Amino acid sequence: MKDTRAAAQPIITLEKVEKYYGDYYALRGITAEIRQGEFFSLLGPSGCGKTTLLRTIAGFEELSGGRLTIDGKDMKGVPANVRPTNMVFQSYAIFPHLTVAQNVGFGLRREPLSRAEKERKVIEALDMVGLKGYGARAAHALSGGQRQRVALARALILEPKVLLLDEPLSALDKKMREQMQMELRRLQRQVGITFILVTHDQEEALIMSDRIAVMFEGQIAQLDTPQMLYRRPVSRQVAEFIGVMNFLPAKATVTDATHIEVEAAGLGRAVIDPEQLPGGWHPGETQSVGIRPETMSILFPGETTDRRVATGVVEDRAYYGDMTYYEVRLDGVEKPMTISMKNLVGRPVLERGEQARVAWDARSLVLFA
Amino acid sequence: MSDRSTGPRFGRSEAAQGYLLVATPLAYALLLLAVPLGAILLFSFWTQDYLTLDTTLTLKNYREAFTDPLYGELLLRSLLISAAVTAATVLTAFPIAYFVSFYVPPERKAMWIFLITIPFWTSYLIRVFLWKVILGYNGVFNTTLMGLGIIDEPLTFILYNVNAVVITLAHAYAPFAILPIFVALEKIDRTLLEAGRDLGEGYVMTFLRVTLPLAMPGVVAAVLIVFIPTIGDYVTPRLVGGPDGLMIANMIQTQFLKLNNAPMGAALAVLAMAMVGSVALIFIALTRRFLRAPR
Repeated sequence: MKDTRAAAQPIITLEKVEKYYGDYYALRGITAEIRQGEFFSLLGPSGCGKTTLLRTIAGFEELSGGRLTIDGKDMKGVPANVRPTNMVFQSYAIFPHLTVAQNVGFGLRREPLSRAEKERKVIEALDMVGLKGYGARAAHALSGGQRQRVALARALILEPKVLLLDEPLSALDKKMREQMQMELRRLQRQVGITFILVTHDQEEALIMSDRIAVMFEGQIAQLDTPQMLYRRPVSRQVAEFIGVMNFLPAKATVTDATHIEVEAAGLGRAVIDPEQLPGGWHPGETQSVGIRPETMSILFPGETTDRRVATGVVEDRAYYGDMTYYEVRLDGVEKPMTISMKNLVGRPVLERGEQARVAWDARSLVLFA
Repeated sequence: MSDRSTGPRFGRSEAAQGYLLVATPLAYALLLLAVPLGAILLFSFWTQDYLTLDTTLTLKNYREAFTDPLYGELLLRSLLISAAVTAATVLTAFPIAYFVSFYVPPERKAMWIFLITIPFWTSYLIRVFLWKVILGYNGVFNTTLMGLGIIDEPLTFILYNVNAVVITLAHAYAPFAILPIFVALEKIDRTLLEAGRDLGEGYVMTFLRVTLPLAMPGVVAAVLIVFIPTIGDYVTPRLVGGPDGLMIANMIQTQFLKLNNAPMGAALAVLAMAMVGSVALIFIALTRRFLRAPR
């Protein structure tokens, strides 16, 4: 087991990577570094170029411009079969004419190993993905989850520098998906190989990744840790894509380097810590503020708090079992905002049309241009 | 349920309805397949002397077929010619099917397949005669080569012998081989080829380890489709085969029509059928592992 934290060397560097098909730009200048041993996710809506980027790294697509290096070597003109990457395909691409063991051992043909050593490696790889004893089975007789494990074993057995995963969990049902998320994370820590995951599921990306690149229209909108992406999204687009965020029109009233004040509709005046600002833009450009549903709470009648309090009317309510989601229209704001509350024992429930007092913190505000 | 059936009285039960449904095709199949086959089989145990048909059952025809070396030689030659035709047809069909499946843009594939079937718009006989024109002593092929100065006198080994039979039949059966191989290639998930490349294999090894095994059901089908009918072909050998290119079907025809010995012809037909059947079964047994359809 390798130490994954010590060497944060980049294993993949992307410099102004471009890919176009005729007039259509799939990738518009991607610059990023993917570190040795990290779990990296490419997150974005369909058509944002995340799969194209993965396929250029794998060597299935030629770059139209820019530079791609893997492990310090320029990948220009290097075909897929000699790149130190392996891929888990969205459809798993299990060879239907081979057994499970033959599938897993497919890439070992060129390795200078004896037949016995290869067989042992296959058994180890199957063991690692929890398919002990499945070697002799026909590949087409496997379930979706098992196919995925075979695809994983088949890629990992070659000890690639980078494992590429193209929406590997999208074909699984919810329970299986959650189980595989944890298992992939565990596997990644165990083998210490860099994983690059393509997904459109923000929750999946948040759960599994060390860092996430959020992509829109062929560009990286933000590259950050899951915590930073969630708490400090750089744009409304990123904020809307990851989790739920309420937006309120706002204006910066006082801005100098140390003291920033905004006036947000429905909430009033708030002092902002400069730490809360995304880099690269001036707080004076503020057009709106964002606030996550779970950072606010509804006070039941008589409850006091030392947090800031805004008032509004309950427009609607949705019960989720563990949570209740309220739609509350703050006084002086047109659009209702979402507030989520844990369903604690004894906490009263507000009905539609009731007055609500909403407690919030200036620290949880995010400023947007 | 059955009491409420609005169908005719005799069609009440599902089984009866089923029989009713298959009755027509069954009668059709019996009349056109089983009856003629049975007749041939029966004839082969009879004997004929000029115009009188002796209907005592005897193995005389089979004894003659096994003792006279002419028949054995004809059967063996038919087998070898068919094998050569099959090999030539499938080996040339594969690249064509591969090209259409992998390199022709999807919206043009239907047109390509359509174009491949164009030779079938004319009669088989006309196509055979066309090959005579192409391969003949003063034919297109020879005059072109002589015009180009590649040869000084016409090649004679290309018409009225086995080569001509193989060329003509390979052309005639090409679409029958191209289509099943094309269908098998079309069914291959292209990601599998990417997976093969991703796992370290180049184009050639990916072809050998992924594409070819997955296309085998089509290849096996093509081999059978070409092999089985060519062994019974008698038009092509008669027209372009010359004396050395004659096959067993020519002998069967001669027995039936010229020598007035239908029982002997029937016995030869049964033997040819048995040979084709056993060769095909052996071939299927050898390639069975490719035919298990993955689900």
